[in-house]
Amino acid sequence: MSISRADIEKVAVLARIKVDGEQVSALEKDLGNILDLVDQLSAADTDSVEPMAHPLDAVQRLRPDVVTETNQRQAFQSIAPATEDGLYLVPKVIE
Amino acid sequence: MQWDIVIGLEIHVQLATKTKIFSGSSTAFGAEPNTQANAVDLAMPGTLPVPNEQAFRYAVMFGLATNAEIGRRSMFERKNYFYPDLPKGYQTTQLAQPIVGPGHVDIDLADGSSKRVRIHHAHLEEDAGKSLHEDYHGMSGIDLNRAGTPLIEVVTEPDMNTAEEAVAFAKKLHSLVTSLGICDGDMSQGSMRFDVNISLKPKGSETLGTRTETKNLNSFRFMEQAIAHEVERQMDILEDGGTITQETRLYNGDRDESRSMRSKEEANDYRYFPCPDLLPVEIDDAFIEDARARLPELPDARKARFKEQYGLNDYDAGVLSGDARLATFFEETMAHGKDAKLAANWIQGEFSARLNAEEKSVAESPISGAQLGALVTRIADNTVSSAGAKKVFEALWSGENDNVDAIIEAQGLKQVSDTGALESMVDEVLAGMPDQVAQYQGEEDPKKRKKMLGGFMGPLMKASKGQGNPKLFNEILVRKLGG
Repeated sequence: MSISRADIEKVAVLARIKVDGEQVSALEKDLGNILDLVDQLSAADTDSVEPMAHPLDAVQRLRPDVVTETNQRQAFQSIAPATEDGLYLVPKVIE
Repeated sequence: MQWDIVIGLEIHVQLATKTKIFSGSSTAFGAEPNTQANAVDLAMPGTLPVPNEQAFRYAVMFGLATNAEIGRRSMFERKNYFYPDLPKGYQTTQLAQPIVGPGHVDIDLADGSSKRVRIHHAHLEEDAGKSLHEDYHGMSGIDLNRAGTPLIEVVTEPDMNTAEEAVAFAKKLHSLVTSLGICDGDMSQGSMRFDVNISLKPKGSETLGTRTETKNLNSFRFMEQAIAHEVERQMDILEDGGTITQETRLYNGDRDESRSMRSKEEANDYRYFPCPDLLPVEIDDAFIEDARARLPELPDARKARFKEQYGLNDYDAGVLSGDARLATFFEETMAHGKDAKLAANWIQGEFSARLNAEEKSVAESPISGAQLGALVTRIADNTVSSAGAKKVFEALWSGENDNVDAIIEAQGLKQVSDTGALESMVDEVLAGMPDQVAQYQGEEDPKKRKKMLGGFMGPLMKASKGQGNPKLFNEILVRKLGG
């Protein structure tokens, strides 16, 4: 199976990864190879196999509903690029 | 052309857990920004989510209350999208195996009929943070306290055909989750948010039309308006020969306008995949039975009991049983006041009006059920007139005094029900109004007579300084005038 340039560009936008024209050509080949491998896997008969939710054969442990965290805003905000009034500041996002 | 309207709802219900769905951060409302956002909530590298047992318990209780199948083995997926209030770059949610499977809720409609609305499923997921778009030097402020708050998203089948049905379902769901105690139901704080999917099809057609989704409606009134607005918008387009674009729209209730929210190029493409950080969750019989044992009386059962136990009519029983806190308030009132109809009227009238006017919830009421019960008792035994009772209510509300009898005493609101005293007042007043008496006695039409009787009440109330029992005055008047 091959992947089109348009698909690659779309996925790049969704993933917020900037790719230029040359990279798209390289990715077309690399991703195409990966998809070929997936095609080979798809050829296996899996009708009687239940889809796997997780590779470990284990069940999730649940946590009691008790507050265990304390306020560490100062520590977290010391590594943020911009903060004000206790808020993290980000480039304006409004549609 | 005649159209059928098809409506489905997606409802986000914030669960009233103490901590977040995947971390031990507090979910208490109103904290300083980002003081309840820890490393897991901020998506710091190397952190791992651990699910909150109470969130699962609440989801299972919801499932049991909506006659649903419980997902004995459920799992989490990642829904990928970028937005600054979602630090991980994905929302952890459930897609393939949700905790609550197909169920249903019956709604009562104004014409007395009832309708079954099927629930497709309900799944657990995390809420996002909040973006504040006020100007921070051209930037947006992000508060992540809400990030990771547990939600159940309830997805209905497209079983509703009018705004009335959709609103009735929304109200029923609100009543259900507040009665279960799994959500505080505070819509103004975003505890319940509604997305409405609407499509139109030619009347009788089997094929569904293209739908739009109107997102984030946080009041029943806006929901009703948004549906009316969207139905009209789609109808105009279709009748002009146009086609509906599948899109997400935002409704502005203050302006009764809507606009498209996401551009077509960025059409939802969430690239869901199983979350490798979380194992499948298995729910066993013991967990389900424990959740079942925690189910309180549900709204339908409570409504039936209110009719039976207090003799309320269907309407009053429906209103008072619908909201869990209002129902509790009514029962507190009834523990101290004997007249159910009177209590129902005061709660739905004066009490609710004051709460609405001051935008208070029942929990924030300055008056207790016991106090209102004491007042109802004094109205029922004729100690105060309804006008006097309003003054007592006022004094209770303002906190001037917390004792009904003390207020009646202090403000001299006690009705005079001593027949002897009232009779002499009537004699005195009638003696001073001979023309009106003659006019009344010369009148044949009982309706006009009744009206003329009212003319004597003003002077009587004045003579008794507003303390005469109006009912007794009326009886004495009719007798003396040879009614």
